Amino acid sequence: MTSSDCIVVGGGHNGLVCAAMLAKSGRTVLVLEASPEVGGCARTEEFFPGFRASTAHVLNRLSIDVVRALELEKHGLQIALQTPTPSPLRGGVRGGGATSPSFTPSVALSPDGNHLVLHGAYGEALSGASAAEQAAWKGLRAQLLRYAGVLKPLLSRRPPDIAGLSFADTLSLGTTALALKKLGREDMRDFLRILLMNVYDLADEQLSDDRLKGFLAFDAVLGAHLGPRSPTSLLGLYYRLAGDVSGVAGAQVVPKGGMGVVIAALRASAEKAGVGIRAAAPVARIVVENGRATGVVLADGEEIRAQTVVSAIDPAATFIELVGAPHLDTGFVRKVKNIRRKGDAAKLHLALDGVPEFPGVDANGLRGRLVIAPSADHVERAFNPSKYGQFSPEPVMEITLPSLADPSLAPGGACVLSAVVQYAPYALKEGWEAGRPKLLAAIMAQLEAYAPAIGRLVRHAELLTPADIEARYHMPGGHWHHGELQADQMLVSRPVAGWSGYDTPIDGLYLAGAGSHPGGGISGLPGLNAARRVTEAKR
Amino acid sequence: MKRPGKAVPAPAAAQLHFHVLRAGTPFQPRIDALAKTQDWYDWAGYRAPRSLWDEELEYFAIRSQAALFDISPMTKYRIEGPDAEAFCNKLTLRNVAKLKPGRVHYTAWCDDAGHVLDDGTLFRLSPTRFRLCSQERHLPWLLDSALGFDVAVEEETEAVAGLALQGPTSFAVLREAGFAGVERLNVFDLAEFEHDGGTAVVSRTGFTGDLGYELFVPAELALSLWDRLMHAGEPRGIRAIGYTALDRARLEAGLIVANADFVTAEQAIRADRLRLPDEIGLGFMVDPAKGHFNGRRAILEARRKKRLRHVLVGLEIDGNIPAEHAIVYHRKSQEVGLVSAAMWSPMAKRNIAVASLELPYGDTVLDDLWVEIYAMRELKYEKLMKKAKVVPRPFVRLGRRTATPPADF
Repeated sequence: MTSSDCIVVGGGHNGLVCAAMLAKSGRTVLVLEASPEVGGCARTEEFFPGFRASTAHVLNRLSIDVVRALELEKHGLQIALQTPTPSPLRGGVRGGGATSPSFTPSVALSPDGNHLVLHGAYGEALSGASAAEQAAWKGLRAQLLRYAGVLKPLLSRRPPDIAGLSFADTLSLGTTALALKKLGREDMRDFLRILLMNVYDLADEQLSDDRLKGFLAFDAVLGAHLGPRSPTSLLGLYYRLAGDVSGVAGAQVVPKGGMGVVIAALRASAEKAGVGIRAAAPVARIVVENGRATGVVLADGEEIRAQTVVSAIDPAATFIELVGAPHLDTGFVRKVKNIRRKGDAAKLHLALDGVPEFPGVDANGLRGRLVIAPSADHVERAFNPSKYGQFSPEPVMEITLPSLADPSLAPGGACVLSAVVQYAPYALKEGWEAGRPKLLAAIMAQLEAYAPAIGRLVRHAELLTPADIEARYHMPGGHWHHGELQADQMLVSRPVAGWSGYDTPIDGLYLAGAGSHPGGGISGLPGLNAARRVTEAKR
Repeated sequence: MKRPGKAVPAPAAAQLHFHVLRAGTPFQPRIDALAKTQDWYDWAGYRAPRSLWDEELEYFAIRSQAALFDISPMTKYRIEGPDAEAFCNKLTLRNVAKLKPGRVHYTAWCDDAGHVLDDGTLFRLSPTRFRLCSQERHLPWLLDSALGFDVAVEEETEAVAGLALQGPTSFAVLREAGFAGVERLNVFDLAEFEHDGGTAVVSRTGFTGDLGYELFVPAELALSLWDRLMHAGEPRGIRAIGYTALDRARLEAGLIVANADFVTAEQAIRADRLRLPDEIGLGFMVDPAKGHFNGRRAILEARRKKRLRHVLVGLEIDGNIPAEHAIVYHRKSQEVGLVSAAMWSPMAKRNIAVASLELPYGDTVLDDLWVEIYAMRELKYEKLMKKAKVVPRPFVRLGRRTATPPADF
């Protein structure tokens, strides 16, 4: 029986971040990953001979604190740090030239080929829209970023402990209150007015371009079981805008070398810090003795002891499967079981013979994020069937061509298409065996509308339904946030009320995954915050 | 609206208490025939007698003869399976591994915050089968607590009829009724006996502090059990009684009643009414060494951080006027607690009470405690400020309760 100061269960990006931070604090750390490779949803896998892709395909919220603390740039991650600040006078129609070439544009696709392009950090400049719409967007974008900025500290640090407010908690809440006050009276009122609004109504109120409204609606509900008209759907957009790349809010990049570079850099940093990594080592059980976690037992029966066990996997899987309900209070188990965590997004990987043509999208656009969400109504209609256990016949999706940023992902001349597709409910009524080919056909029909003849390029298609994502990444429900990211499951209620601070009812057991505050996406924040919590624990 | 006695579908039958206001128990025909006072109350949805003929004499039937009391309305759960012991250990405070088959213990259970959900008795009928009896209903809590255990939990309140036979001649009544071997039962022992082609579970338990037994049979054997006991008990002065008499006996025995002496966690509306086990005198049940149980973390933390706020004590009060629901004062001026049950005890010849006090009163501060009694005398309250002394419970200790074999009265 071996031992270690800390064991991190789950080698997803949060597990790696947490492990690296703990190792840097002087602890011996062992990461145990069930799959043959670390990286979780961000790892790059071959889905067809010669073609590789990762399920997470855009970087839009990797915390700058994580990048700095783990020196990820030293370990191969290249993100331009120059802050592109366009002059406020420069907004307006721009041709193909983006404001900040280092950030990846988003293209709101239109079936007629008149696409809308959001350049720079979340549409610093907008091309393809009327002057009036550009002005309206500029105002709304500034407002959303301003408000997201108020929420950002709340959506990045450890949530306040409301049961016993510490000095730090009070200070943090005070800072937020101050930031709110600094908005000025009218702006503060508007902040409070729209905080829990739905994205549909807000977009309708401020904008008139269906493409832009559809795009915002899509971004707000991406990864959630919500439609644009569902109450509080705007929070999803705030969550996105509270993320940043190199400190630039709302920005997104496909890093040079692709997403694989992110995990490689995290792994390198962790190993440099002394973290031991064991892949293909699934944990069967967290050992609890006298209310305290004392180690883990692997599926093959090997026991490894540790002072501290950190679980970077889903909270429900952690508690119900690894710890076991008998070690936990009944009320707590009820809360954990009630976490809503049924994924509603599928992932498509296409192995293509060549780079597909999306008429109206230029070369720079192809390297960006292509969004099929022609109107907010379209997104809402796409959501409707998923409420009743059916997938969308006209799904909405975001598409990237990752092999353009990382040519190693596809053989010479060939191309990888990666798409997140909504809506695809985890519990499909007809079952995914029967449903998968039908959903694939629906997706391909949508793609054909924007990239005619793309079907002829397809050498192989891999469609991961939430059920597949669940199996492949050991994520119950196949939900990339490890639990819905909605108002009732955020902040002090994430993963469950009373236990939002990364510690758990089991002494020596901590949570560090997307199921903890602030949530999913490649941010590293749950892992970073959890590591801080472990190192500051008095015990 | 469904009527009792009519055929109801199985799921509805399991919730008869919900469909029928004040349902009858399996003994109702016999009790109705004896109910001279027609003095009823609602016990968990059942029509139960407060008194049947004379509450004073009913009390003395407990203390000098044998009293028969219908405990069928008590909530009863059947817990069975390979993990039944482990499940009960997670659910309740005491160490169930120490409860041998054929034994009963008094226990309690708590929510996550360590607040007491209820107290009750746990019967270990076999290594893998238990019966849990309590005041309130807890099926959802029990079922949710069963996650991860190989155990089946079902409510058997309606399927099982129960009688308490209490008093000095209770043993002789059972012997005369043909329960051969019952003399071998020690306090908190249970055994199965043949009854009317079925099985009766008889335990040497009760709520009176007296020599006594509790008998459980399938509901369809209820009336024959009643008749068997009444017939055998006639020469020994057996009497059916109501709750008022039992309530007096239990107070003399120093026993507490959920939602009378403390408010159970699911019933309490006000946050400061919740109680940790230590705050109602049940701290002795808590076994931190036995492994996890609901509320363990919170209870141990409250102890460690000295967050206990209340204490439940026995009081002896000057004079002979019962101090029911009287306010307890320190130095006649500062309110420090409330009496939840009080009586003049004929057995102890003392004016006794159970009270909840705010710490440190009742713990380190024991001097100068007073109760203010409002005695209604011909449309006027006579206000009495009486000295109170904290005394140990039980107020009455009877050798016959525990003597084995029991004496033949």
